Amino acid sequence: MDEKGWEHFYHQADIGVRGVGPNLSDAFEQTALALMAVICNPENIALTQQVNIERTCDDTELLLADWLNALIYEMATRNMLFGKFQVHIEDGKLTAKAWGEKANPEKHETAVEVKGATYTELKVQQNKDETWIAQCVVDV
Amino acid sequence: MYNYLFGWHLQAKLVGAPLEAYMDINKLKRISQYQWQIPRQGEMNVDGIIFATPELLEGMDEKVCEQVSNVAKLPGIVDASYAMPDAHWGYGFCIGGVAAFDPEKGGVISAGGVGFDISCGVRTLNTALTVDDIAGLHADIGETLFKRIPAGIGSTGKLSLKKSRMDDALAGGAKWAVDHGYGDKRDLRFIEEQGCMAGADPSKVSDYAKRRQESEVGTLGSGNHYLEIQRVDKIYDKKAAQAFGIRVGDIKISIHCGSRGLGHQIGTEFLKKMVTSAPSYGLTLPDRELACSPINSKVGQDYLGAMRAGINCALANRQVLTHIVRQAFEAILPKASISLLYDVSHNTCKLEEYAVNGRNRKLYVHRKGATRAFGPGHGGLPAEYRHVGQPVLIGGTMGTASHILVGTEESKSLAFASACHGAGRNMSRRAATKKWRGREMVDKLKSQGIIIRSRSMRGIAEESPGAYKDVDAVVDVTDKAKLAKKVARLVPLICVKG
Repeated sequence: MDEKGWEHFYHQADIGVRGVGPNLSDAFEQTALALMAVICNPENIALTQQVNIERTCDDTELLLADWLNALIYEMATRNMLFGKFQVHIEDGKLTAKAWGEKANPEKHETAVEVKGATYTELKVQQNKDETWIAQCVVDV
Repeated sequence: MYNYLFGWHLQAKLVGAPLEAYMDINKLKRISQYQWQIPRQGEMNVDGIIFATPELLEGMDEKVCEQVSNVAKLPGIVDASYAMPDAHWGYGFCIGGVAAFDPEKGGVISAGGVGFDISCGVRTLNTALTVDDIAGLHADIGETLFKRIPAGIGSTGKLSLKKSRMDDALAGGAKWAVDHGYGDKRDLRFIEEQGCMAGADPSKVSDYAKRRQESEVGTLGSGNHYLEIQRVDKIYDKKAAQAFGIRVGDIKISIHCGSRGLGHQIGTEFLKKMVTSAPSYGLTLPDRELACSPINSKVGQDYLGAMRAGINCALANRQVLTHIVRQAFEAILPKASISLLYDVSHNTCKLEEYAVNGRNRKLYVHRKGATRAFGPGHGGLPAEYRHVGQPVLIGGTMGTASHILVGTEESKSLAFASACHGAGRNMSRRAATKKWRGREMVDKLKSQGIIIRSRSMRGIAEESPGAYKDVDAVVDVTDKAKLAKKVARLVPLICVKG
């Protein structure tokens, strides 16, 4: 895997976010970057403020949706955008740090707000090459 | 703008994710000129019916067919699973989906059948202005509205509501807003539910949802949400136009937005609650995205109370925005005399009565990206409109027309008194940003006499008119299929985009 482990995938009205990584936690980090790239260019976000996030769910796919929804919630209530993530997942418990700054439409060229992560195309799985994929469609 | 370092098709293949695929019209049975049936088969409890022309059908994603069929599998569904002419691929239910459920027959309620943006809708305002009155003032009006209307990511409303006041707003809707000085009591008569959705239960809305809404009351949002100054271009139905107060050359103002963060959070939380509680209610879901609960269950009732609070949130939001518009015009054109034409939502689930097999039944009608369209004589309409029917407000894109239609007598037997809601996308946001640049689009529309104001050029590229279906074609089918009848066509002059 090269420097970017995320991409967007086709959905007619909304947008699909997909992260790939050598392990589950990395894949979740990359999916979060894909989420941010729906809103703005994550590379333009200064990493000046840290937010801690914890979520627990036995179902790994629902945990992915919970993780993305937690970020959407933090962005909405703190008026922030994130550019970097560190995720640790163990026994259905996600512990994460997200770094970013206050949203500034002019600086960040924000395109669209994400309303929530849906269960459409929601998949978390390990590939034959042992990399992990984590993806879903987000509602914009 | 971005590099996709590993191939999209390669990864898509790995997880079996969808690539763009359009509907195969041969799979459908044409049952009338504008009705296409997906015959009941397998686990489907009823048929699927899509209202469209062959051209609109061919532009729909094949996922629409799959989603209409999946909804037909849900328990307690009545008559058919419907899709409007502007249907496109959603989550769970397609956008443009209509489905009614009978609580006495184990019927369900679905968060994905309403959508995350609960009670997203259109409010159109009458003004005393004509095109001549605002000649030469377009740029000033655009600037004033752009400065005053909180729009786009990170924008906050002037009104900050802490928990107890939030609960009052969620119980009271637009009525709460009017009681607090945002507008006039006369406004309420021209809003669905007279501006206040009964049965809202703010205690079923989480503190997270309320916290998310705290500073978002009176904000437009982003994406396809807008505030637009429009000119009446054509009138098709003189009687209804007269009742609604529409003449050629009139200036109208339309607001498209919903319940903001509160609705999104309710949708998010109940989607999960419905998925995780489904086995305990004996529900086997065709797909997790079809998360639902029996109407007569704790989760079903909790969602109903929360969703209705979400409806009130949207109604209050549009009422506060109307107040800001009035203040803006007070500053520039005090003679504008702004009043409500109508306010109607297109993401809801409502309890309505219909005759089914000769017996009147109370059904929970989901409309996700579909507009309620009551015909003439319906008791829920204001007296001024009752003889013609309910105004059906259809938003276009920032470069194309919007339409006002009226509910028909036939509509209740066609698709539970429902019509289309807008143009409907036919291109992904990603494809749109590859094809158009925001700045070029602003200049192009300016040369057509349309002023666009937005903080986001990328947002404008994503919302380019070409990324949507032809709204005139969608409305024509809606009219010809008798879902609703055309009354007037409005063209955009100034658009503030979220």
